[in-house]
Amino acid sequence: MTTADIAMKPVYRFQPYNVGRWVVWSAYALILAVAPIVFQSSLALTMLSQIGVAIIACLAFNMLLGQGGMLSFGHAVYSGLGSFFAIHTLNLVSKGEWAVPVSLIPLVGGLAGMGVAVLLGYVTTKKAGTPFAMITLGIGELVWAMSLMFPEFFGGEGGVSGNRVVGKPVLGITFGPQIQLYYLIAIYTFVCTGLMFAYTRTPLGRMLNAVRDNPERVEFVGYSTQRVRYLSFIASGLFMGIAGGLSALNFEIVTSETVGAARSGAYLLFTFLGGATFFFGPIIGAVLMIVAVVLLSELTKAWLLYLGLIFLFMVMYAPGGIASLIMMNLRVAAFGKLRRLWTSYLALGATALVMLVGAAAIIEMVYHLQLNVGLGPELKFMGLTLNSQGLDSWFGCAFVLFTGLGMFELSRRQFAQEWGEIQGEIEREIKRREAL
Amino acid sequence: MDVSTAAISLLNGVSYGLLLFMLSSGLTLIFSMMGVLNFAHASFYMVGAYIAYTISQAVGFWWGLLFAPLAVAVLGALFEKNVLRKVHKFGHVPELLVTFGLSYVLLELVQLVWGRSAMDYQVPASLQGPLFTIIDSSRDGIHLAWRLAAPALCQSTDAAVQIRCTQFPAYRGFMMLVALLMLVAVWLLLTRTRVGLVIQAALTHPDTVEALGHNVPRVFMLVFGGGAALAGLAGVIGGNAFVTEPSMAAAVGPIIFVVVVVGGMGSLVGAFLASLLIGVLQTFAVAFDVSLMTVFNQHGAAIGPQTFGYPVLKLTIAQVAPILPYLLLVLMLIFRPKGLLGTRED
Repeated sequence: MTTADIAMKPVYRFQPYNVGRWVVWSAYALILAVAPIVFQSSLALTMLSQIGVAIIACLAFNMLLGQGGMLSFGHAVYSGLGSFFAIHTLNLVSKGEWAVPVSLIPLVGGLAGMGVAVLLGYVTTKKAGTPFAMITLGIGELVWAMSLMFPEFFGGEGGVSGNRVVGKPVLGITFGPQIQLYYLIAIYTFVCTGLMFAYTRTPLGRMLNAVRDNPERVEFVGYSTQRVRYLSFIASGLFMGIAGGLSALNFEIVTSETVGAARSGAYLLFTFLGGATFFFGPIIGAVLMIVAVVLLSELTKAWLLYLGLIFLFMVMYAPGGIASLIMMNLRVAAFGKLRRLWTSYLALGATALVMLVGAAAIIEMVYHLQLNVGLGPELKFMGLTLNSQGLDSWFGCAFVLFTGLGMFELSRRQFAQEWGEIQGEIEREIKRREAL
Repeated sequence: MDVSTAAISLLNGVSYGLLLFMLSSGLTLIFSMMGVLNFAHASFYMVGAYIAYTISQAVGFWWGLLFAPLAVAVLGALFEKNVLRKVHKFGHVPELLVTFGLSYVLLELVQLVWGRSAMDYQVPASLQGPLFTIIDSSRDGIHLAWRLAAPALCQSTDAAVQIRCTQFPAYRGFMMLVALLMLVAVWLLLTRTRVGLVIQAALTHPDTVEALGHNVPRVFMLVFGGGAALAGLAGVIGGNAFVTEPSMAAAVGPIIFVVVVVGGMGSLVGAFLASLLIGVLQTFAVAFDVSLMTVFNQHGAAIGPQTFGYPVLKLTIAQVAPILPYLLLVLMLIFRPKGLLGTRED
């Protein structure tokens, strides 16, 4: 047979519908559509809008961290500059100088983010690994410092504000009510998630994984690792810019904080907490980010401390983030062994709760001593009144903490043993099935 | 800018550069030895300053100079032993992330213990005042006077003669002295002692060193603790020269990363040169109140608010000073990606 014959021969390929994928994506779309109907308060609606934006940003960040092994400390630059370009475009539209529909303004932000990534990414992606991280930090600081130097573009301290209700309503949609904007964000979120997932399946996305795992070999195969990193960086910048454009529409004000190091750090922290090794991990991270920033920061002043500690323990004991914890338990469930673990989980959860309550009470008392001395020594903590200057409160909290700690350690050992046994059984089961 | 101001600016720049080097040397040592970029390095600097402040309130500055670096070293060693070592098996990115998490926790702990406002951490009385004064007289030329020049020397009796006195603070001199002593001590330790030989060997051939019976993990712990101690020492002497406040880590952190990249990853000498370069560059830039607009307008151009690019042209060099290190970083990466004295191209 000649090669022409092979080419001529029709290829019959049986590929069943990937039912799981259809179910997951439909569920995702359904959740995005139904969420504002379930949670109707205005706080919930603003949070949902922010979550949608954060999902795009964290997924775009994970294109570098998870898929490419590139740790960026300055990724807020791309979303922030996207926001600025979007809000300036919006203001030009308000003045009647440009004619861009409001629903397409996030794309303007995306193009801006991409343009900035083309420019800065060329320098940044010259290196990989640790030097890459340091350079992104330096570039981030560069843009942050410049935002204070050019008040004409960045609006100085007060930022740039705009008004998203511009032009004639299309089909009665003005984007005035938050719910209309939420659905715009939801559509963008769904499409961008789909595009970013598709990106991981392209040859470039696959090469990016290869660059992460074995750059030397990629060079030998004949690819330029630098170009693969650069192209992925640009793609990531595009989606970061879209997220920035959406957040400009959402808040109608953009300040120079949006390009700052704190924002970049938050992207990194929550993407990792959600789980960088799985595609869907950053979605969990994005939800956590908004919940933490909006709700936790209201609840306690020490929220950054809790966040830092959670992050430290996550890196130490579960570097795959929450997504990896879910997937590991799904594997156990798939082999029908989750039932054996539930008592251990209950014990772990209860003792961890006791321990956390003790630790949190102590931390809150210290914060109270440091910040609210004027309000007197007493503070409310979970319905109890603690006296931050009384010995009995301190003793009680320490007692709760150490009792919790001791019992947690006991149940952790029990759990570790059971977990190890079950993993061993699963490995054997897999080998047995392979041998069949 | 006249000669005496230039001389003082140069000295100020060098002393700032030496402080940067105290920070970047620890970072470079840890990086070249363990491959770990310690994101929390500037946080150790901050913790050093706060501990030194507390000790100096209780028993005096000099005890702080002695014990604060030791306390930071213990902190660093404990972190390496209990946290960093566990993450080592996951690779370099988690190691970097764990130090990133530490920087959050340390910042919050510092705010928890010492509060959010700036501390009143003062220069000791014996080091206050000027080290020397430059007397620049239009008749007699330039003279040096030790410590504070007598007021009579700085006052002109003749209306035709102009006298200007410029002072160099004694504490800046002390900073330079400590930094140089530390530099010599580290160099001697690394090249002339047995411990230094083991460290240097473990740098390139950790497996061989381990096979020869040395405890390499403990060497790593010592290096991490030592690097943290250097950052702590920089905090002790930098905290009262500048401001001791929670944002001090974020202010200096990115700059020392720039120093390490510009100097060449893992090169101590490169870090030294880059520190001095950036220190002098930043100090001098602040003194220049010249912008592109003033230069062009002196040569006959008429640039005003209506000209294209006015926001860029009107910026003075002093206003641009904060971004100069980062611009240097970008230029370096474009024209010499391995840094001043670096050897690694990746």
